[in-house]
Amino acid sequence: MAYTIVEDNCTGCCACEPECPNQAISEAKGGLFVIDPALCTECIGHHDEPQCVAVCPIEETCIIDLNYPRYEAA
Amino acid sequence: MQKVAEHKGCGTSGGSGKASCGTGAGENDLPQEIWDKVKNHPCYSEEAHHHYARMHVAVAPACNIQCNYCNRKYDCANESRPGVVSEKLTPEQAAKKVLAVASTIPQMTVLGIAGPGDPLANPEKTFKTFELIAKTAPDIKLCVSTNGLTLPDHVERLSQYNIDHVTITINMVDPEVGAKIYPWVYYNKKRYTGIEAAKILTDRQLQGLEMLTERGILSKINSVMIPGINDQHLVEVNKAVKSRGAFLHNIMPLISAPEHGTVFGLTGQRGPTAQELKALQDSCEGEMNMMRHCRQCRADAVGLLGEDRSAEFTTDKIEAMEVTYDLESRKAYQEAVEKERQAVVAARQEELQTLAGAHSDIKMLIAVATKGSGKVNEHFGHATEFQIYELSTEGAKFVGHRRVDLYCQGGYGEEDALATVIRAINDCHAVFVAKIGGCPKNDLKAAGIDPVDQYANQFIEQSAIAYFKEYLDKVSSGEIEHVVKGDAEIRQGALIAA
Repeated sequence: MAYTIVEDNCTGCCACEPECPNQAISEAKGGLFVIDPALCTECIGHHDEPQCVAVCPIEETCIIDLNYPRYEAA
Repeated sequence: MQKVAEHKGCGTSGGSGKASCGTGAGENDLPQEIWDKVKNHPCYSEEAHHHYARMHVAVAPACNIQCNYCNRKYDCANESRPGVVSEKLTPEQAAKKVLAVASTIPQMTVLGIAGPGDPLANPEKTFKTFELIAKTAPDIKLCVSTNGLTLPDHVERLSQYNIDHVTITINMVDPEVGAKIYPWVYYNKKRYTGIEAAKILTDRQLQGLEMLTERGILSKINSVMIPGINDQHLVEVNKAVKSRGAFLHNIMPLISAPEHGTVFGLTGQRGPTAQELKALQDSCEGEMNMMRHCRQCRADAVGLLGEDRSAEFTTDKIEAMEVTYDLESRKAYQEAVEKERQAVVAARQEELQTLAGAHSDIKMLIAVATKGSGKVNEHFGHATEFQIYELSTEGAKFVGHRRVDLYCQGGYGEEDALATVIRAINDCHAVFVAKIGGCPKNDLKAAGIDPVDQYANQFIEQSAIAYFKEYLDKVSSGEIEHVVKGDAEIRQGALIAA
């Protein structure tokens, strides 16, 4: 269960980094940002919607990482 | 008989201001306590911007709202709009840059944080930068530009850092209008859209403005004029912000070229023409001070307005610089600037006397090529912008500037350049230059613009008044006939490095 950032879309604006409740987002090469899948919880238990998605100014930039099965709330 | 050079005092901020001041604001036009704060601020005092410099540091990349006129994704090498920067800085890098610039450019008196995102959506970076600069360069004035969404949360901290100038971008006070400008806002951990989003934004902006006024922090309002969307509405905005204590209103033209990739650029939303912008500014002027010399600088601009030097101060170059911050020599330099500035005012006053008693309804615009110091001292062919003055028997009043530098517009050669200049100053009767070649002279004449080079290296306002007096004499003797000029085009894009 994790979100990921589409590198081609990321502008490195850093809006997402301080909003992540899990400190899963960090700056990577070239000033762009990445999500650590081991730390991402899709904001479940924290917020109604994933904060990276909510704050990202570019659509379709923070998306579900298909390598990690989506968390299903009980 | 009309009295010339009479000061129509402006109201205090929030009062019933009537305005002859605006960008031409002088010592007698503003309440003393406001004048003391802004007189050396190039962005707030039209007069000061010839003499003092400012810089922006790009420490705040994140934003919490989306505006249809902004696109921070697109950044080509020649691209230049507000919001575009060549590199992001950490607060530490920013503090070093400020010291390097202030040591090299002694007239640098103001540091602003204006993005590329919203400085108050990046509060830690913004306030850390202010803290570092207050320590190392205590004489530099600090200011910040914000969309206002989180402003109420930060007013207390702004006053702690002794920030006495804040700019809020307010494009609407009606959420219906706002919904056409802002697709969404991010507030309280949630993304809001449509009218709901615009309602949150306007409420927070106006609340923030009121809180600043309560604490005696000066507020300037920036508004983007978007024809057909908020152009008429900005008169309402003007009233709303004036009644809440804003001291200056800066209405700027929309920048929306398709290649900028903004929503408005892609939907073909046009920007205003020069005369549409001036008409709106004039109609708001009765309400409060209007700012007219804004050049919509980049968020990493450095130097005098109209003369960007950011390329000299990239992070690499600063790393290699030996910086010694000498407060005393900066002070001495600024005292010399102050003398030069007083000379400009004295020259204007003297020339105004010669207009005493003259009465005419004629008003006309002139364009001036200048490198600064308040003088006609730029070659026509070298001018990247012209300052526009409105001449009347009241004197010469600065009403704006027209940029003619061309980047990222593609496919223009020397021949097109002149046509571009003529389009930009087509509403002017004359263009004052230090020097001009024969060819452009004839083309300007053919376009009905009088090329005037007889005032080379003389003070602008003094020269303009002398010219106007001569013009009136010629009209009354029947030698020439006064004709009303047409409209002019606003160049799309922010100021770029020369």
